[in-house]
Amino acid sequence: MKESAADVVIIGGGPGGYVTAIRAGQLGLRTVLVERAALGGTCLNIGCIPSKALIHAAEAFHGVSGGRETPFGLNVQQVALDFARTVAWKDSIVDRLTKGVAGLLKKGGVSVVAGTAEIIDGKTIVVAAADETMRVRARHLVLATGSRPLALEAVPFGGNVISSTDLLSLKDIPGRLAVAGAGYIGLELGIAFAKLGSRVTIIEAADRILPLWDADLTRPVARRLAQLKVEVLTGARAKKLTSDGGSLLVEQHGETRKIDADKFLVAVGREPCTSGFGLERLDLTMDGKFVKISDRCETSMSNVWAVGDLTGEPMLAHRAMAQGAVVAEIIAGKRAAFSPMAIPAVCFTDPEIVSVGLTPEQAKAAGHDVKLGAFRFAANGRALTQIDDTGFVRIVARADNHLVLGAQAVGNGISELTSSLALAVEMGAVLEDLIGTIQAHPTRGEAIQEAALGALGYALHA
Amino acid sequence: MPVEMVKLPDVGEGVAEAEIVEWHVAVGDTVEEEQVLAAVMTDKVTVEIPSPFAGVILDLGGEVGARLAVGSALVRIKIDAERDSVAKGSEAAGPNGHARSAAAIAPQMAVTVNRRDDVQARKDRGNTDVGLKTATARERPIASPAIRARAREAGVDLRQLAGSGTAGRITQQDLADFIDARPVNVSRPRQTPRADRVTQIKVTGLRRKIAERMAESTRRIAHFSYVEEIDVTALDELRQQLNAKFIDRRPKLTVLPFVVTAMVLALRDFPQMNGTYDDENEVVHRHSAVHVGIATQTASGLMVPVLRHAEARDLWDCAEEIKGIADAARSGSAAREDLNGSTITVTSLGDLGGIVTTPVINRPELAIIGVNRMTIRPLWQQGQFVPRTTMNLSSSFDHRIIDGYEAAQFIRCIKEFLEAPALLLVGA
Repeated sequence: MKESAADVVIIGGGPGGYVTAIRAGQLGLRTVLVERAALGGTCLNIGCIPSKALIHAAEAFHGVSGGRETPFGLNVQQVALDFARTVAWKDSIVDRLTKGVAGLLKKGGVSVVAGTAEIIDGKTIVVAAADETMRVRARHLVLATGSRPLALEAVPFGGNVISSTDLLSLKDIPGRLAVAGAGYIGLELGIAFAKLGSRVTIIEAADRILPLWDADLTRPVARRLAQLKVEVLTGARAKKLTSDGGSLLVEQHGETRKIDADKFLVAVGREPCTSGFGLERLDLTMDGKFVKISDRCETSMSNVWAVGDLTGEPMLAHRAMAQGAVVAEIIAGKRAAFSPMAIPAVCFTDPEIVSVGLTPEQAKAAGHDVKLGAFRFAANGRALTQIDDTGFVRIVARADNHLVLGAQAVGNGISELTSSLALAVEMGAVLEDLIGTIQAHPTRGEAIQEAALGALGYALHA
Repeated sequence: MPVEMVKLPDVGEGVAEAEIVEWHVAVGDTVEEEQVLAAVMTDKVTVEIPSPFAGVILDLGGEVGARLAVGSALVRIKIDAERDSVAKGSEAAGPNGHARSAAAIAPQMAVTVNRRDDVQARKDRGNTDVGLKTATARERPIASPAIRARAREAGVDLRQLAGSGTAGRITQQDLADFIDARPVNVSRPRQTPRADRVTQIKVTGLRRKIAERMAESTRRIAHFSYVEEIDVTALDELRQQLNAKFIDRRPKLTVLPFVVTAMVLALRDFPQMNGTYDDENEVVHRHSAVHVGIATQTASGLMVPVLRHAEARDLWDCAEEIKGIADAARSGSAAREDLNGSTITVTSLGDLGGIVTTPVINRPELAIIGVNRMTIRPLWQQGQFVPRTTMNLSSSFDHRIIDGYEAAQFIRCIKEFLEAPALLLVGA
């Protein structure tokens, strides 16, 4: 067996793993990155990026299809979408980004091994590559194996029952799509396919969509779903697929309904990848299904580190990337810790929803007396010119010293506002800082300033 | 109420046992789940062992300093059944409930691994926390990511600072002031640990040669070393007189030519010391001429140029020739034949000298004479202490050929010459 030695060996080439590798390489550590599938992991290949491409294409198509006339007189006839080209375009973006990651790793001096890793002990892994098996010994082991779609026991994956990964690689738009789970993945994809022309039914066990987000934020999305003629069954559970595979039996309020569809997307959550690569040999302390880590991303074994989805919620690429950089720096002898004030979360639904820092409920639960300020896009000039004045920005601050604890927003294109909101929370801004920062006019960002003014009772435009 | 044994968990990296460095609990204490029971130290890290149960400590597995094997009993705890069941309520407890075996539990324990310096740093910080504003101590300090990073680098816990900014925000200035005002001995910033990097240096050239020869010498030769103290008061006086008398006319004398000369004279009675041993063929080559190897430190490593026919040279001739060959070795101009053919070697560390050395024999020779530092010491002579200049000779011999008794006699002979230096001049 081929043997090699390294300072750091990383299992998993997703956002957590590849950032760890690049930074470790930059810091002069001999680094080996093992990836069994494609560099970029779920995010680049079968998650964030391809779904955003599809959402963009769906929105562009939907905006001019159906013979609808816009208020400003645009009327497009005979719109056609060549879905095969949509898919090819989406794949070209993925390809460009994964090649970019490969280039960055190469530049960082990282050895990338394509193969399946098996942990032997805390310092040794064996990689089964296509043509050979190699043993890698390293001083540090970084686990970055990510997560995978959670299956429904009653409706296992297979046949027409598909995961988000499968849905993103469909060659044709399904005529009828049933989605189990109204979390952000189910809604993002459900809305996109509704815009592409699928008849979409969403089944959610809780009594409303996006149950983890507060109702004020999700209400505009629920309204939009109704406009898009997406049927939403809340308080409903997928029971089983009929024997012909063409219908899903759903129990709602004690009654059984039959949902006919061509594809059944199961998007009920994700689970960490903690098995199948010898993790049990390390006998690490777990936190439920997840690997337990400290704020330095240490596991319970010395010099074994973990970053990203397998370490817990929120399972987001940007959390994994930030953890990866921290781990590489600690291994290189720097002092670092993963202790952000805020990890922004975005639902790329229509409209988009974002949350940064504490929600009003979380702030109150933490014992804070809070001031809230909200500003609706209905009074924002830029939103009106974009013919989408749905939604609002809300700021959560401490009542005593006006420290900004968090912010939430819902509206068209507001994912781009997260940068300002996260910066405010991370820098320890107070409401007066937001008020004193001049926002360009006309932009949606003005709503941040106005919401802060509103929190102090001085709103100018509301 | 059930009793559970908490075993010392596997603290990682193949460690078989660990030393108890601190008990955080005593017999009779009530502990909560996750409360730290003890700190144990392996050869690498200090690990705090938290309790997997709530309950009362019945006994401890050992005193501080005791070494425990992984898996042996750390403490026994009488379980507080009610509280434990509450604590475990949200977890999917096994059907056996509290009867779960300790063996199954021990490896599940949350083990917090800290580098030793982290533990120390935390203690340091703990000491300085006293007297801080308790109102702010519990909350997360408000500071920008840059300031938080800078504080981390400087080993400052930002909870110790009262921020001057709005809402108690800690400014760059607050942190700078705090660092400046910090007493040097309290919460001293740890030295930033170096990047844990290993540089590989290829052993080549002379170094490789030295490595081979030293290893070969110690592998083959049964070395023994013998140290004798020499009273060199008279010798040193003579040396200074001669140097004063022949200043500018003759080469300056160090101790080395005296030692070489004494050794050459002693070899007349101990010819078995002057030779080489061909151990492959089990033949000793005894030499009539004395070619003395002079161990010389050069920039690229140890070299042993040869002072040829020492038996035919007087003190000054020896001194001049030693200087000549040593300079040649240092400048790299020594010819190959200047570095070969010695029959016995003298080694000296010059001004350093040391008290005792255990020289490695210049194989295939049989003996090496080491010169140590000259020093003035009180010696007991005729009923009183008198200051005398003394110097040790540290020598090694090949015990395969030379026995201790002969070696001791040989050194005594050298000692007699060195202690009566007139004999060296007259060639007695």
